Amino acid sequence: MAEPRIVVMGGSAGAIEALLEILPALPAGYPLPVLVVVHLPGGQQSMLAEVLGARTPLAVIEAEDKARATPGTVHVAPPDYHLLVEADGTLALSVDAPVHHSRPAIDPLLESAADAYAEGVVGVVLSGASADGAAGLAAVRRAGGLAIVQDPATAWSPHMPEAALREADPQLVLAPAAIRAYLVSLGGTEVRR
Amino acid sequence: MITQDVDLEIRLLLEAIFEKYHYDFRRYGGASMKRRLVRAAGRFGCRTISALQERVLHEPTVFPQLLEDLTIQVSDLFRDPSYFRAVRERVVPILATYPSVKLWIAGCATGEEVYSYAILLREEGLLERTIIYATDIHPPALARAEAGVFALERMPAFSENYQRAGGKASLSDHYVTGYGGAAFDRSLRARVVFADHSLATDEVFAEVQMVSCRNVLIYFDRALQDRALRLFADALCPMGFLGLGSRETVRFSAEARRFTEFDRSERIYRRA
Repeated sequence: MAEPRIVVMGGSAGAIEALLEILPALPAGYPLPVLVVVHLPGGQQSMLAEVLGARTPLAVIEAEDKARATPGTVHVAPPDYHLLVEADGTLALSVDAPVHHSRPAIDPLLESAADAYAEGVVGVVLSGASADGAAGLAAVRRAGGLAIVQDPATAWSPHMPEAALREADPQLVLAPAAIRAYLVSLGGTEVRR
Repeated sequence: MITQDVDLEIRLLLEAIFEKYHYDFRRYGGASMKRRLVRAAGRFGCRTISALQERVLHEPTVFPQLLEDLTIQVSDLFRDPSYFRAVRERVVPILATYPSVKLWIAGCATGEEVYSYAILLREEGLLERTIIYATDIHPPALARAEAGVFALERMPAFSENYQRAGGKASLSDHYVTGYGGAAFDRSLRARVVFADHSLATDEVFAEVQMVSCRNVLIYFDRALQDRALRLFADALCPMGFLGLGSRETVRFSAEARRFTEFDRSERIYRRA
């Protein structure tokens, strides 16, 4: 696989638990930007960045329009906006129609990352209760990136990982602990280089 | 959809649209525009963006439908109630010190924001000496905004927003229902001028005390954001207010120095 340049992750029901198993292990100075979409009830001010940030060495912030996707930073999609990434590495938000009844949705993030970073994308679909993320992960795969799906047997809600398995033909199907180890190792090779 | 060369085809299509129809989408943000165009191409049964271009240029009925796809913006009344509460409690008392107030709502789409401001200003006793300029690039959206009719099933959410935004009465005091719709009191728009205006190609048309442009700039690239913010700065009187969407900022813009923060969390700025 080509050198990874960005990690994009998404999930819904059960995803916060998986993220809390994965993100706290990423060390300060992690060399890749991490973009995260979790489905949240609309209209509610999200505490997601605070919840994840309190347990994570990396900075966890809500994505701002036109901000740069920054290495060592977790950018979380704000409630009621889709999060996308542009070819120049800046973040973009949109209030386009919900996808799979959700805004933010995972497909726009993964598809835009596949467009922008091609084989440099590591896409991760976590536990969740809809089919969102499957088309996006398939786009990541087609663009030559690395597609990872949380093992449905470990997912609080297996529907989303199962849909991604069917549609995206991922290279890796892993439990959260193994996803964690894999993402940490991506950082390690960069740091040593 | 054949996706090879899609970026090139998008550039050509947007150029063609500009040349033929004078709508300038050339500096809209790449990722969202691409998503919208790829989906639109699928809906028109086109295998490529080039095929869509052929239809846009040669079939008169296609462009109006595509324009709808490219501009459609569905907002809510009092979207982000805390924003409208801040406008009511912190901005309106300052606006009230002017003998007359001009408010420019840029990118008003189908009018949700227009009625939010009109109701708020009426309740604060300011509407009768305010002129609201409500502008958009999409004439059918302006027509819907001017009609002021919204689906009845949206009203419960709008009412909740209104209350959380500090509404002083009941939202239903401001509309009548019938035929599955809620029609807002026509006197709310007696002070509203609806006009076709493009932040990409048109210039400043008035001096105003406040500009509200929420969740429009997110669709623009940096250069077009800079242009829009320059128009706002040029239009605003000194110390005039600029309200943006809850995740938008002037910070990354070349025009940033022309604004100061007024309410950081609600994204309300003042002309420096």
